[in-house]
Amino acid sequence: MKQFKKLVVPYIIWSAVFVVFPLVLIFLYAVTTGGNSLVNIKFTWDSFQKMAEPIYVSVFLRSLKLGVITTIICLGLGYPLAYMISKCREQVQVILILFITIPMWINTLLRTYAWISILQDNGLLNSLLEWLGFGKLHFMYTDVAVVMGLVCDLLPFMIIPIHTVLTKMDHSLIEAAQDLGADKWQVFGKVIFKMSIPGVLNGVTMVFLLAISAFVIPKLLGGAQYFLIGNLIEDQFLNVGNWNFGSAISIILALAILLIINLMRKVDSDGAGGDEE
Amino acid sequence: MRNKIVELKNVTKNFGNQQVLKGIDLNIYENEFLTLLGPSGCGKTTILRIIAGFEEPSGGQVLFNGIEFSKVPPYKREVNTVFQKYALFPFLNVEENVAFGLNLKKTEKGVVGEKVSRMLKLVGLEGFEKRDVDRLSGGQQQRVAIARALVNEPKVLLLDEPLGALDAKLRKEMQVELKKIQKEVGITFIFVTHDQEEALSMSDTVVVMNQGTIQQIGTPVDIYNEPENRFVADFIGESNIIDGQMLRDCLVRFDGMDFECVDKGFKDNEEVEVVLRPEDLVIVKPQEAQIRGRVTSVVFKGVHYEILIETETREYKVHTTQFFETGLSVGIIFDKDDVHVMYKMDY
Repeated sequence: MKQFKKLVVPYIIWSAVFVVFPLVLIFLYAVTTGGNSLVNIKFTWDSFQKMAEPIYVSVFLRSLKLGVITTIICLGLGYPLAYMISKCREQVQVILILFITIPMWINTLLRTYAWISILQDNGLLNSLLEWLGFGKLHFMYTDVAVVMGLVCDLLPFMIIPIHTVLTKMDHSLIEAAQDLGADKWQVFGKVIFKMSIPGVLNGVTMVFLLAISAFVIPKLLGGAQYFLIGNLIEDQFLNVGNWNFGSAISIILALAILLIINLMRKVDSDGAGGDEE
Repeated sequence: MRNKIVELKNVTKNFGNQQVLKGIDLNIYENEFLTLLGPSGCGKTTILRIIAGFEEPSGGQVLFNGIEFSKVPPYKREVNTVFQKYALFPFLNVEENVAFGLNLKKTEKGVVGEKVSRMLKLVGLEGFEKRDVDRLSGGQQQRVAIARALVNEPKVLLLDEPLGALDAKLRKEMQVELKKIQKEVGITFIFVTHDQEEALSMSDTVVVMNQGTIQQIGTPVDIYNEPENRFVADFIGESNIIDGQMLRDCLVRFDGMDFECVDKGFKDNEEVEVVLRPEDLVIVKPQEAQIRGRVTSVVFKGVHYEILIETETREYKVHTTQFFETGLSVGIIFDKDDVHVMYKMDY
């Protein structure tokens, strides 16, 4: 066993250089002023205090809200889809999962531009609505457009973990429930759904994480005025040049995500303890 | 007269183009401990799954209390199953697992609690109510599975190789325990196993199966002492199986010698197979016996020695508590009661 321990060394070096060191840098930027100039470095919490200003708080809350909505829609669409796929024959499942993942091979930017041509005022969707006699609607640069883009982009991250737990589930548990008198709805509610909770939590975590920090999709579908926390960070680094404030926002976002993941873990372990006392 | 509770009439089952049950006729009676015994792949588990409702028969009838029920879904049957790997719900504790069926039937809380604790007492798991099922030993999980099935007061309990995953000593204990529980609750148990010793020691009725057909139905004593064909004789216990000829009632010839027996009803000169159980054979001095040979191997088996004796025509296996040296010339004798004559099987 001892010689295998050496195999971990490259990984330690890798993560030190590419994970730990950048994190330390971000933290240093967040608690200093002066940007990239090393001469007049000063330690301060100013960047964090700046985040408490109403305009930034509202950006943060808006991101949270969009993250939550996207996650709920992804779950609502993704769970039934994952369930239906898991009911198919094995060969069919492979193909269906492939269809779910194929869009991920295509560049996000391209996919988002496709959305623009669908959603714009003279786009596909409006042409369809007009043809059906509903009249035109305005989609671009609204929450609806952003959420549509995010859901489309992130749905695979919900479907795949749920599909995995559903197919790995011990079939004899379903038979046991039927045997004990459960009809198909009760089998689903009392056994299948409970067994799939870990997959649901994985999916929810991933989608939420990606949705709350997204910036390309909101920028393209929401327009230049549309600011989410991801755009704010991007803006601070690339346009404003305030790396200190950008770093502080990143850290606050990371902490918020950590907190949420921990809450979810707690929900999971409480749920596993049995709630039907 | 005993009441039939489950009746299978000419039941067949195909999976793809493979026929796993080839016309099963079987009556199962109230309060009976019936064992389906056979090698793996013989169709015994399929019969159990048809009775539970997890499989629909491809042909034939399944009656429950005289009523056809092969289309009734599993959740509407007064039948419960103890699964091979227990299939306990990992997200529920012991008590919640046992109460699962009762809660589905919207039983009153107080009644549930009472029934669950009575059942846990019956299977010897008092004090384990709040335990996680993952933290139980194999034997304890087994007991939870039995309690979870029995608490619903089924008319028939189906057990699918439930002792397969337990170690030898625990198996023996659970065999005694299961028999005791069956007597106490007084319902029909249908038990599936490939272990002949398990089948013989627990059952009222043993059904020996091979390749989708029933080979013999009988009490354990019948099955052991009067196997109907070579497969049964070979599968249950050990045996010397010898080709012979039934000269007339109570006289059989094999290896050119005539032996008295107690079997009747064969045609004169019918080709038959003769079973001699190793423990029924007695080793004597060569001049005292018709069959003579030489000891070729002696293996100590604990309670007895397993001795192989080679004659001019074949090898006999003998179980005896006496020791005989390899190379010794000996004779073999047996009682006429111990000669079991069977119809020859067609292959």
